[in-house]
Amino acid sequence: MTGQGVGARLLRKEDDRLMRGRGQFVGDLRFAGMKDVAFVRSPLAHGLLRGVSIPDEWKDSVFVAADLNGVKPIRAVSGLKGFKVSEQPVLATEKVRYVGELVAMCIAQNRALAEDIASAVHSDIEELPAVYDMLSARKPSSDLLHQHWGDNVFLETFVNVNIEKALDAPIKVTREIRTARQCMAPIEGRGAVAVWDSRLDQLTLYSACQMPHIIRTGLAECLGLEEAQVRVVAPDVGGGFGYKGILLAEEICLGWLAMNLGHPVRWLEDRREHLTAGANCREHFYRITGYADRDGTLLGIDCEATVDSGAYSAYPFSACLEAAQVASILPGPYDFPAYRCRTYSVATNKCPILPYRGVARTGVCFALELVLDAIAREAGIEPHELRAKILVKPEQMPFTNITKKWFDSGDYPESLRRAVAAIDIPAVRARQKVGETDGRLIGVGMATYCEQAAHGTSVYYGWGIPMVPGFEQATARLTPDGGLELRVGVHSHGQGLETTLAQVAHEILGIDVAKIKVVHGDTAMTPYSTGTWGSRCMVMAGGAVSVACKEIAKRAAKIGAQLLQTDDSRVSIRAGEVVGPGGSITLGEIARTWYLKPHSLPADVDMGGLEATIGYRPSPDSGTFSYATHAALVAVDPEIGTIEILDYVIVEDGGKLVNPMIVDGQIYGGFAQGVGTALYEEMPFNSAGQPLASTFADYLLPGATEVPAPRLDHMETLSPHTEFGVKGIGEGGAIAPPAAIANAVNDALRPLKAELLVSPMTPRRVLSAIAVGRSFS
Amino acid sequence: MKPVNFDFARPSDLPAAIALASREDAIVKFIAGGQSLGPMLNLRLVQPNLLVDITGIAELKRVEETPDALELGSCITHADIEDGRVPDVTGGAMRAVAAGIAYRAVRNRGTIGGSLAHADPSADWLSALAALGAQAIVRGAHKERQIPVDTLMTGVFECSLESGELLSGVEIPRLSKSARWGYYKHCRKTGELAHAIAAFLHDPDRSVCRAVIGATGSKPIVLSDASVLIGKGPDHALDRAAIERAMTGHGMTDPIEQQIHFVCLRRAVQQAYRP
Ligand SMILES: Cc1cc2nc3c(=O)[nH]c(=O)nc-3n(C[C@H](O)[C@H](O)[C@H](O)COP(=O)(O)OP(=O)(O)OC[C@H]3O[C@@H](n4cnc5c(N)ncnc54)[C@H](O)[C@@H]3O)c2cc1C
Repeated sequence: MTGQGVGARLLRKEDDRLMRGRGQFVGDLRFAGMKDVAFVRSPLAHGLLRGVSIPDEWKDSVFVAADLNGVKPIRAVSGLKGFKVSEQPVLATEKVRYVGELVAMCIAQNRALAEDIASAVHSDIEELPAVYDMLSARKPSSDLLHQHWGDNVFLETFVNVNIEKALDAPIKVTREIRTARQCMAPIEGRGAVAVWDSRLDQLTLYSACQMPHIIRTGLAECLGLEEAQVRVVAPDVGGGFGYKGILLAEEICLGWLAMNLGHPVRWLEDRREHLTAGANCREHFYRITGYADRDGTLLGIDCEATVDSGAYSAYPFSACLEAAQVASILPGPYDFPAYRCRTYSVATNKCPILPYRGVARTGVCFALELVLDAIAREAGIEPHELRAKILVKPEQMPFTNITKKWFDSGDYPESLRRAVAAIDIPAVRARQKVGETDGRLIGVGMATYCEQAAHGTSVYYGWGIPMVPGFEQATARLTPDGGLELRVGVHSHGQGLETTLAQVAHEILGIDVAKIKVVHGDTAMTPYSTGTWGSRCMVMAGGAVSVACKEIAKRAAKIGAQLLQTDDSRVSIRAGEVVGPGGSITLGEIARTWYLKPHSLPADVDMGGLEATIGYRPSPDSGTFSYATHAALVAVDPEIGTIEILDYVIVEDGGKLVNPMIVDGQIYGGFAQGVGTALYEEMPFNSAGQPLASTFADYLLPGATEVPAPRLDHMETLSPHTEFGVKGIGEGGAIAPPAAIANAVNDALRPLKAELLVSPMTPRRVLSAIAVGRSFS
Repeated sequence: MKPVNFDFARPSDLPAAIALASREDAIVKFIAGGQSLGPMLNLRLVQPNLLVDITGIAELKRVEETPDALELGSCITHADIEDGRVPDVTGGAMRAVAAGIAYRAVRNRGTIGGSLAHADPSADWLSALAALGAQAIVRGAHKERQIPVDTLMTGVFECSLESGELLSGVEIPRLSKSARWGYYKHCRKTGELAHAIAAFLHDPDRSVCRAVIGATGSKPIVLSDASVLIGKGPDHALDRAAIERAMTGHGMTDPIEQQIHFVCLRRAVQQAYRP
């Protein structure tokens, strides 16, 4: 390692522009003649759209569904047996199905004027009863969103592995656990600019998105264009988290406008739109039973999980991503013999659910870990003792778990041991005996999870969805001055890929990372990719960069050997040079020779030259499994219900860390979101299906003073089947905090016989739980 | 989320501002720090034709100290008070309250007058100044009047200013040396508007023992003779039943709300008597 390669704590290259305010986000783009769009959105959750009245003076500036000739509705389907398809018109046609659904679009010189027009447009909607609660939505008596379905269930799944054998277990603990609906709240909302170029006969969509190539495919389909007629550019993007991993109805609208109006159009989501029309993640309900031996050994988990999927399936796919995954990932990092799980993806009059950082895992971890603690209390043992019994052991690796997940490597119990030691459980127990002088109650809790990442074709082909990930490609191109360009189809919006992919290339070629340029976010410049999701970029795009650079190395070595007048087999690449027995030559000189002095090339030179696009997929491609144990120490004020995190420990194993500093950043960021899920974030809906928090005064995000610095400890167990042994780690930080914090709160409230089974744990919920506890004693 | 089109004026004296506000042909709003009005404009909850910026009026930045009181112009900011740029007659009480409002960026611009006029039930000054016995000074086209802060608010986001009237300042009585003060508020996160507020003042030399329960969802509950609610013992135990009756009487019936507000009051009282 030369201090820049894999494993180096390099400062992020992209921060030079981002920290100086020189980033280029969609909102920074300017085009001559560009106009702004404001949408008229449904004010009601459910209703029949009878008409849209537009004042005469605005007739030419307002467009409704009937105007959108040639535009197809959004269909995000799955081939899973029994899946019901939702058709989402890009502008509402007969029915509106959630507050914020698009009804019309208004064009004006600027956004304020467009909003003036929007406020003058009236949608005539005959209100229907709102289907606002996923549990009642499952009942036969419920009103229906999609009449022809016959019920409100997108998909039901069922798995059973020997649950009968667990039913007589001496310990049986049943809980009902709920997580609130949340907003992802990236700093930059969504937004797009659409420009039609009549010379190129091409639509360019600048979009704040995570997967430009998939957006392009979907956009071309919905607008009836050839794919070559569409280019999607994702410039700097201010956080994605899954929120920007879909094709928006708004984007299709903008594309149509640009094609038909002859000038560029722009729409930038504002915070109210984000909160009210985009509260789209994390709403789960579990009825879960844990079976265990007297000593706490887990014998089985039986669960019925319901996920509120909202009104439609978003493109490429969203409706049952969470619920259907619940069934396969609920067993977590544990080894136990019996398991049953039934899941429901339920349609309600809310905006479509989207996969948020940790997709399903945050809820699953919350449900399972709370039940494990309840079992430990019942068995009279420490929660970590229970976990130590059932965590998959290093000698079992690689391990196929009860749902056929193939855990690649790791020492799960060691992460638990380290976390227990760091949070110092004996010291907490001693302190609890003494009590706090301020009357608060302290408690300790933990959670262990494993996180499947970069799972590929073999995992997804069975889903039958519009987007199955395959090989990931990267283009590596040596330039005549000895620099390197890397072109990748994934997108970096906070992950630091402009740095880490350069580090990977540096590791292979030894070129100074300052001379390595990572090009991403433009379908015209990069190989096709399903984009950035599922913690896949470092494994997949990193792997592709690695193999592409190895190919360049091979080709450069051949030219270098010729120039050094030695045999191919006697040269190697070191620090940006081809080194032979009698001398060396820089990659820059080799590149100049290839491009500009071809007369010096070897006769059998690879005519692909110093540019290679290579595909990569690990084998097997069932995913890497990073994992962590989180441990929290909290203080609960039992009189007013507030919770303070006093200490927080994360022991994480993400395989080989390409840039440990960036990994730390990912964990800190994920942790902050996890604290939000645990304690603050919630979009309440009333029985009319109205979202009730329309500003950040009501939708609480944790701020700097609410997110303590967690103490991080890294293990590095390599994955046996990826380049360098890397694993995906992008989401983990957000998975375990709600579980660890809730377990700590429940530990603190034990003397009061109170237990919290819902996130976020608000003061009101804490006090209600205490009141319930009091009624038991 | 853009405001409607409006005109903007920045007069330099009070009569001009009041004259503009008295126009009948337009919806006119004063803007001071803009920290509450700004979001409301963006959300189009207010749609004025004319905004009158009052921060250029020197009189509204006045500071007048007398042996009995301090008069602050309405455009004195929370940060002016927090940083001690204006005198203090409350033994540090007002500085501490100011420092606990919102975030520094909001305190830099937000004004004491704007806060009172805005009449957000969760705002700090409304409860704190009511407990301190402050008077709001109100200027209209023809007269000036004083309204005790504890009766200023008439409902959620409503106060007893009449159209064309402007809050020109507040008069805060000087506390005596022996005065005891406690202030406790309950927020879920730093900088958030409070979910419960309790302010308590015991100034025996001036025969004042007043408690205010704020952030009630509506007007603050003012207990003007709190001495009857406080036990004479060293633990200053509160008469919980009586306080809960007062809350119920003001429409606060939810037991959890009552509990949180009661605990805040108890903590404010304990703070005041802490040796
Ligand atoms: C993020 C955030 C957090 C906050 N947290 C808190 C908090 O914890 N505690 C708290 O108390 N406040 C909080 N606030 C509110 C803040 O204190 C504001 O400064 C205050 O409410 C309004 O003062 P302003 O000068 O900004 O008034 P403006 O926003 O300019 O005006 C508010 C209203 O008062 C009227 N007005 C203003 N001045 C006068 C006057 N002199 N006479 C008559 N009418 C007038 C305006 O017409 C308008 O209707 C918060 C605000 C924000 C944005």
